[in-house]
Amino acid sequence: MPSQIVSLVVNGERREFIAAPGVTLLASLRESLGLTAAKRGCAQGACGTCTVLVDGRPEVACLVAVETVAGRSVRTLEGVAAGGELDEVQNAFVDCFATQCGFCTAGMIMVAEALLDRDPDPSEADVVEAISGNVCRCTGYRPIVIAILEAARRRRGAVSR
Amino acid sequence: MTYRLAPIDTSTFAAERAAAAAGRGVDGGDFTVIGSVVQRSDARGHVTGRTEFFEDVLPPRLAHLKMHRSARHHARILDVDLTEALAVPGVLRILTHADIPNNLYTPLKLIGVGPDDEPILAVDKVRYLGEPICAVVAETEAAALEGAARIRVAYEDLPPVFDVEEALKEGAPLVNEYHGQNHFIYEGHHCRRIRFGDVAEAFARADHVFEWRYQSAPIEQAPAETTGCVVVPQADGRLRIHSDTQACFFTLDNTALILNTPFNKLRIVGGTVGGGFGGKVDVVVEPVACVAAMAADRPVRFVYDRAEEMQVSSPRAAERIYIKDAVMDDGRIIGRKATLYVDAGAYARHSPYGTTKAAAHLPGPYAIPNVWADCHCVFTNRTPSSAMRGFGVTIADFALESQMDRIARALDLDPLRLRLLNAYRDGDLKAHRKVAEGTALVEVIQKAAELAGHELPEAYRRMSSTTREGL
Repeated sequence: MPSQIVSLVVNGERREFIAAPGVTLLASLRESLGLTAAKRGCAQGACGTCTVLVDGRPEVACLVAVETVAGRSVRTLEGVAAGGELDEVQNAFVDCFATQCGFCTAGMIMVAEALLDRDPDPSEADVVEAISGNVCRCTGYRPIVIAILEAARRRRGAVSR
Repeated sequence: MTYRLAPIDTSTFAAERAAAAAGRGVDGGDFTVIGSVVQRSDARGHVTGRTEFFEDVLPPRLAHLKMHRSARHHARILDVDLTEALAVPGVLRILTHADIPNNLYTPLKLIGVGPDDEPILAVDKVRYLGEPICAVVAETEAAALEGAARIRVAYEDLPPVFDVEEALKEGAPLVNEYHGQNHFIYEGHHCRRIRFGDVAEAFARADHVFEWRYQSAPIEQAPAETTGCVVVPQADGRLRIHSDTQACFFTLDNTALILNTPFNKLRIVGGTVGGGFGGKVDVVVEPVACVAAMAADRPVRFVYDRAEEMQVSSPRAAERIYIKDAVMDDGRIIGRKATLYVDAGAYARHSPYGTTKAAAHLPGPYAIPNVWADCHCVFTNRTPSSAMRGFGVTIADFALESQMDRIARALDLDPLRLRLLNAYRDGDLKAHRKVAEGTALVEVIQKAAELAGHELPEAYRRMSSTTREGL
């Protein structure tokens, strides 16, 4: 099977690249487009470090063959801080000390973005459910859950920064 | 849900804080960090995805390395056939032990611990399941994997030993010929020993003698980012090593010794570690990746997949610990005898050091006048174990504190009072002949009891680490 030209809308911009058959969305983002925020932790869909949004839905990019999402819209962590300004989720992760080694952070933030886009006022149980596919080995999940709830509050305008 | 962001105690250094706030005083400006919220310097990079981990380095012409690993726990290697593997399209080179300048090493040789006992790539024998035998360098990861899968190794099985006490028995299979016996030798002794007072006399006059056995399993650190590196040959002949090692200089020095090259030929770019917990202290990927980069004259990436991380990266050692205590009716422990076995796996790595740490930690934070301990660093055909968060100490503490709770239960004593009675105080001579200073166990237990609403009698509340009151 020959390689093909695949086109994606990545963080709002149309990008084209050559994809070998079966190459993953994760490898395409990292190696063809130079977007390395999404990480390879397990390459088998178990750790969530490679999570990106495809048409707004969180997907583990290591399990997605890129040709199956051709033409669709992909959002990565690089597309979150518009114009260099951190958004509520990013700021809350910094303020609540929800990062340690940083390796799971991109995936955690992307599932949080998808959650808050869908539900601006999630319960703690909703947050736990949303990050249930994402592994963190450093901080424990508590500061991450707190950060996402804090981000939701800030986004709703209930608490000013 | 209610929560607080970073509760801060600003009661300390009140005068200095006030001076700093008012912009007065020579040193006032130094007292602004403790007691205030300080953002992590790396947090912004993490939340924007701009932190550079080693695998984010993608130099042009990057080649990939995958390992062919032992399919046996213990076996002689009769033959290695590379024919099919070399025919795989995209395979550039296959490295064997003959390609490694100094194939034999041990990481702690830098601090004088020997002998060298571990090959970078296996020579005539494998000593654990997953031991590296050949390194396949290829254009793509897929080709490297395919090449590694097509290497044929003929083995002659040897009897393996998996149990620390079995390994020390007469006639047990010899795991590691470089040691000559299945344990590490400490300055001429078969184990790391403590001899303090007279435990036999203590057992003879004790009201009670308690002996229990404790066993832990190996524990994998399981960092989110797997172990790996990218080695980039430089125009001046040096090698730039992007690595997630937790020990940059340690890795550089060991790698230089293995490559038989001056230290200044290597440069490590590191410090960003996607979780380590001790699991990224061994020097296991960089040396062979450097040899591959020199052989192929191209950048090379060698990174463990998740299965390798779980199977062959060194875990916390399994330990077996026997503790026998001489205890009086009132709970005073007058003698403690411990026999501790650390399962180093097939190679020493950091286990001789971990075993010494375990010995230094005995008999726990207690003033026990008679202590006897034998701490064995044992070689078996298991995955080599190594560093992980307080290794040597953590499992010993599990055993020691379980022992304290069991004694309290057996004598129907309050477990906190039992500990307060036996806790070391400033000035106590510890079993390894160091004088305890700056101890705080008494105060910590008192505070914990208070927070937990656990009632202590007045005499126990008045105890102190700096006096003998109540003893």
